[in-house]
Amino acid sequence: MAGNNPTTTEYIQHHLTNLTYGKLPEGYERYDGSVVTEATWTMAHGAEEAAAMGFSAIHVDSLAWSFGLGVLFCWLFASVAKKATTGVPGKLQSCVEMIVEFVEGNVKDMFHGRNPLVAPLALTIFVWVFLMNLMDLVPVDLVPWLLMQAGVEYQKIVPSTDPNVTLGMALGVFILMLYYAIKIKGVGGFVKELTLHPFNHPVFIPVNLFMELVGLLAKPFSLGLRLFGNMYAGEMIFILIAVMYSAGLFFGIFGGFLQIGWAIFHILIITLQAFIFMVLTVVYLSMSHEDH
Amino acid sequence: MNINYTLIGQMIFFAGFVLFCMKYVWPPLVTALTEREKKISDGLAAADRASKDLELAQKKAMEELKEAKVQAATLIEQANKRSSQIVDEAKETARQEGERLISVAKAEIEQEKNRVKEELRAEVATIAIAGAEKILGSSIDASKHSELLDKLAAEI
Repeated sequence: MAGNNPTTTEYIQHHLTNLTYGKLPEGYERYDGSVVTEATWTMAHGAEEAAAMGFSAIHVDSLAWSFGLGVLFCWLFASVAKKATTGVPGKLQSCVEMIVEFVEGNVKDMFHGRNPLVAPLALTIFVWVFLMNLMDLVPVDLVPWLLMQAGVEYQKIVPSTDPNVTLGMALGVFILMLYYAIKIKGVGGFVKELTLHPFNHPVFIPVNLFMELVGLLAKPFSLGLRLFGNMYAGEMIFILIAVMYSAGLFFGIFGGFLQIGWAIFHILIITLQAFIFMVLTVVYLSMSHEDH
Repeated sequence: MNINYTLIGQMIFFAGFVLFCMKYVWPPLVTALTEREKKISDGLAAADRASKDLELAQKKAMEELKEAKVQAATLIEQANKRSSQIVDEAKETARQEGERLISVAKAEIEQEKNRVKEELRAEVATIAIAGAEKILGSSIDASKHSELLDKLAAEI
């Protein structure tokens, strides 16, 4: 809601802009016409300024929400784990245990190596991504409007609609994949896997290398972009439905029904996407552990 | 769609949360779960064992009851036998005692009879001698006629 009566385009744009803190380059002309005399760290005012900051910027809202949700996950699960009894569990403990058992079962089915990291990693990913996706069900205007009253201009409350967040996690998984591949198979084994598959002949080494590298790199990017794409599209549809509320009574009521329907359907999507992210992580790590 | 430092920040958070989860969340929960699983399976096994034990105990009790019944029956039978035996024995002793008493009495009677006979005989001899003295008017020499008198007494 940039301004009192934003156009539809402005409204959507506003919802798709992160609260960005970054370094504006020297000589950049700001929104109010002033020119930056030297490179300065400042809050971006609008999407153009954020784009001009390039890599030297931080999405404050994405990081804050993802950090907050991660802390919520850790606090909730750790407090349950601290009081976990072997006797009759309470309701919260039952719920937490159900999630843990679900994750443990999945990991046991898919991951056959011995690695104490994989199961906690899968649990963290599942719950954290689920919580980040869950923010999508908060009405799109609620938090941005409230923060607007407090003077914060932009706010995207769904961290998983930020490619930085999803790709950050995917790259974390990628680093683990490489680490374990080299640790288990050795550098030689890993290189062999990249060069001598699928055609085991010295002539085909360049072809193999190209194919395997593309396949290897495609894993983290597809992992991150899949989650980002799904959540971004879902958020977009919520925003478009929200636009309908300004188009008269009939469209408003129709939009209300649409929003309920989409929100119910979205419960499935957010859970499914969290689950897929977890499963693929486990599968990729399992592949890194397999010795041919 | 700007890629920036957020990416790095998210990676750091990610690593932190995973490490935290690995240290403080996962182990206690999984330990609690496995321990409870073990407890429940132990409990079920114990219940199974207990029901089996109960069944065995019931069977044993039935058997013992049956045995006790059989034992009681034999005891009663023995007692019956014994009692009839005792009665028989008592009858026998009574009969024998009676017989003995009778024979003793008979012997006594016989003795008495003999004694009386002896007495009579002696007296008869004396009386006979006295009578004969009177009849003959002279004394009979007892020693001379004792043979005759003895014969007479034996005839009586």
